[in-house]
Amino acid sequence: MNWNWFYRMGSPKWFYYTTSRWLPWLGVMTLCLLVTGLVWGLAFAPEDAKQGNSFRIIYLHVPASLLALAGYFLMAAAGAIGLIWRMKLSFMVMKCAAPLGAVLTFLALFTGAIWGKPTWGSYWVWDARVTSMLILLFLYLGVLALQYAFQSQEVGNKASAILALIGTVNIPIIYKSVDWWFTLHQPSTIKFTEAPSMHPDMFQPLLVMILGFYCFYALALFMSVRVEILHRERKTAWVRDLVSQVAEERVGVNS
Amino acid sequence: MLINRRRGDVASPLIFFIIAATLIPLGVSPDPSVLSMIAPGIIWVMALLATLLSADRLFDADYNDGSLEQLLISSQLLVMPVLGKIAAHWLTTGLPLTLVSPLLGLLFSLPSEGYTAMMAGLAIGTGCLSLLAALGAALTVSLQKGGLLLTLIVMPLYIPVIIFGSATAQYSIDGLAWDVPLAILAAMLTIAIALCPIAIAGILRLTTIN
Repeated sequence: MNWNWFYRMGSPKWFYYTTSRWLPWLGVMTLCLLVTGLVWGLAFAPEDAKQGNSFRIIYLHVPASLLALAGYFLMAAAGAIGLIWRMKLSFMVMKCAAPLGAVLTFLALFTGAIWGKPTWGSYWVWDARVTSMLILLFLYLGVLALQYAFQSQEVGNKASAILALIGTVNIPIIYKSVDWWFTLHQPSTIKFTEAPSMHPDMFQPLLVMILGFYCFYALALFMSVRVEILHRERKTAWVRDLVSQVAEERVGVNS
Repeated sequence: MLINRRRGDVASPLIFFIIAATLIPLGVSPDPSVLSMIAPGIIWVMALLATLLSADRLFDADYNDGSLEQLLISSQLLVMPVLGKIAAHWLTTGLPLTLVSPLLGLLFSLPSEGYTAMMAGLAIGTGCLSLLAALGAALTVSLQKGGLLLTLIVMPLYIPVIIFGSATAQYSIDGLAWDVPLAILAAMLTIAIALCPIAIAGILRLTTIN
């Protein structure tokens, strides 16, 4: 099998130039999907029989939670690739995925709290899933803090990659134990009726929103990785050429 | 023997364990019925904090005087000395905490059925805590102010241990089969003993040499 594509992917320069072709498309797609999903979900989807209009926050809550989880695995996978094949690019992806994931996790918790008040009667409930999400936020913060703690970038990269991997091993254990703890402690006063029996009219905008959030995630990740590339590769010839080219264009426009 | 050189290191987690636990009745309520309800959880939280308190000194002295680097470049496998360090950490924190815990149980009017289960759970669970703390200590050993960071890193990993640890005591108080959570704790310890030293050896190689 030809592995060239794999190694080429590890080149920051290749990544930078390829994504600059993708960015406009991705931006347009994100915008279209998010606007369609939001308008459809917030204005046109039917009202929930029990929860009224308050259920509409699902269109932010569910995509954010999904991506917070997927983002952790993406971060850990990028870290593993970096450790195994020693790719510069994958460490950059890992570093940029951490704050993005932490923000999404926070967003998921925050929207969950807002949603919890009218439906469960309180902002915070020690529910198995809510607790797991909170722990996920802590794991993200640990990776972030470790990344910035080291003087040497290389050690910071590798140490936080190892931590992300340890976290991945632990996530199923933590999830299972929290689940078990929940069934042990919690009196079943709260019933969170889940979504499988969702009406298609409500589900379709949700699907659009999830796709939109995926596009947004890719867009945000690409943009921050590009900044990171420029910063880390600032001493290489191609970045210098690029910068001076842009500077010349600016001067040309101004004069 | 090595620990003998710094006796304070053994005493301070223990004293912390007892003093911090004394604050709970003062802060919450001295009512025995309330205290006995929260006793297993409180004792476990205190044990967890006490092991964290002593964790950042696990590899500290060896890192500072260079003997850690000597271990790294020696032809010997790094896993065994690492396991030895962790065993020493457990013997000086986990084991004393386990032995002192009945005293705290008394202070918190823990129901008498709970003692055996609590001690068994603590003995096994603090082993897990020491292993996980060593992971964090290895990651932060080369940092000047690693203590707080270590707490942030290790805390989420402690969650399964504290859940099953306090469940062991709670189960025996409620008259349920407490060997079930205890067995799960033991399983976690087995996995941690197998995997943690290897990971720690790798991490030490990374954080000390660079």
